[in-house]
Amino acid sequence: MSELKRAEGKWILAFLGPYAVVFTIFIIVPIIMAVLLSFTNFNTIQFPDFVGLKNYISLFTYDDVFMQYVLPNTIKFALIVGPLGYALSFFLAWMLAQIPRVPRTILALIIYSPSMTVGVAMQVIWLTIFSGDKSGYLNSFLMNLGLINQPVQWLQSPQYLMITMIIVTLWSSMGVGFLAMLAGVLNTDPELYEAGYVDGISKRWQEIFYITVPLMKPQMLFGAVMSVVSTFQAGYIGVLLSGSNPTPQYAGQLIVNHIEDYGFLRYEMGYAASISVMLLLMIWISSKFVWSIFGERE
Amino acid sequence: MAFQGTKINPQRFHRSQIKFYAILIPLALFMSLPIIFIFMNAFKPPNELFAFPPRIFVRNPTWDNFKSLFNTLTQSGIPVSRYLFNSLLISLLTVIATILVGTAAGYVLSKKQFRLKKLLFEINTLALMFVPIAVMIPRYIIIARAGLVDNFLVHILPNLAMPVGLFLVKQFIDQIPDSLIEAAKLDGANDWFIYGKIILPLTKPAIATIAILSFQTAWSSVEASNFYINQESLKNFAYYMSTLTSSTSAVAGQGVAAAAGLIMFLPSLVIFIFTQSKVMNTMAHSGIK
Repeated sequence: MSELKRAEGKWILAFLGPYAVVFTIFIIVPIIMAVLLSFTNFNTIQFPDFVGLKNYISLFTYDDVFMQYVLPNTIKFALIVGPLGYALSFFLAWMLAQIPRVPRTILALIIYSPSMTVGVAMQVIWLTIFSGDKSGYLNSFLMNLGLINQPVQWLQSPQYLMITMIIVTLWSSMGVGFLAMLAGVLNTDPELYEAGYVDGISKRWQEIFYITVPLMKPQMLFGAVMSVVSTFQAGYIGVLLSGSNPTPQYAGQLIVNHIEDYGFLRYEMGYAASISVMLLLMIWISSKFVWSIFGERE
Repeated sequence: MAFQGTKINPQRFHRSQIKFYAILIPLALFMSLPIIFIFMNAFKPPNELFAFPPRIFVRNPTWDNFKSLFNTLTQSGIPVSRYLFNSLLISLLTVIATILVGTAAGYVLSKKQFRLKKLLFEINTLALMFVPIAVMIPRYIIIARAGLVDNFLVHILPNLAMPVGLFLVKQFIDQIPDSLIEAAKLDGANDWFIYGKIILPLTKPAIATIAILSFQTAWSSVEASNFYINQESLKNFAYYMSTLTSSTSAVAGQGVAAAAGLIMFLPSLVIFIFTQSKVMNTMAHSGIK
């Protein structure tokens, strides 16, 4: 018997091993290292020396850029893009589920396709659309309509950079989570709707909140987790659009850019690691939150 | 109030659906605008690119932008086709390796009984939230220590562990009845056989899904080329693309950049069109319970 077990163990190890190894090296170890490094002073040349909580204290007391721009920007960006993108994915998925298959597939493809154009590929197109002179597409369009008289510096003026970033990110946020929710709506059991109507549901919104959403909770949670991740992952967009790190007057500076600024431009790795830990904490807290809404209660 | 039917996944058109079309079609048009732009700009001759007022649609389409994209040598003297070749190779290897690594792990986590199984899957589910960009510094240190700087493998290895991929595959394999595997075992099949002849063929939709997700990551990633590779001839096309756009103020650059952008975008689109029904099939099992 034990020999059989040992043979089974070997198979498990052989199949699981490769994934476990890359997972550990490129996901687990970096997270642990980020936490450890955040308590040190490390300039990449000398061995890191332990400085306790100094990095965190500087982050919250000395780093004006972080407290005045990066943190508020990140919170604002995440609070707008996350929930809005998520709500939009759900309602688009829900509407798509109400139309026949062929038009649904075509429309879903169009709506999903922007999420395939991550970062670099679309930079070129956003730069031409939002170009700051009067021959930029958006400027020219708005001036034709008479809505603006002067071309607007969409990407370079601190006033507009954030809103441009939000629009661009929302545009590309109908990704895997959106597809999961579409599949979720499509797979809800039709008999339950019938039962619901027999039990006195009479309005569409009641149908959504009492039948559709509870039935597809697992997909809702998956979609929510995906949207938290893609929101924080999108942090790079400000630099891509404005073409500089730091962004003009820090208007589009998000926490991800701050990490790169300290890590790869100033080589203060310990300090950068403490910012990374803050980012991981923010993601973790957001995910806890969505889990508490959509997770199965045991 | 009589019951009117659910209208979820209807078979045919009905008047009551008009309101959905009225919202969905304009929205889809709006969302496809930038993609139409990239198509149009890639085929515009210079005088149309800089026409004032700007026009969306191309009048005299030309291949010139693509020609100059491939004919010009880059500043470092590396032909553009080299970057493209690197990207194709990286993407192909990443997709194959991710599928093998992910399905093997998914099989074990779904069908085998062992002590840590539940914990490991929970760790992976937690890792769905993982944002690689947050740990770019430790990752850099690990890669430097492992001597992987300027090694071609650095494009591939960090992307192999894809928590979303494993998650979807495992959920999908859960649907395969245990009795099928038991029967094969009674016939004397070992795990290799079960994995290769039963699990892989039955998991095709989930495999297609990991394939497209890992392709998108590999194809568009600039992380490795930016941070871990100094040797120009080992960098990928997405990286070359990013050098183009950072200097698009140069007049002629815009059309070329759009042509490059189209090359970045098209493969993902084509793959998705061919796999979309499989992807949707996988997504039906994507819920986190």
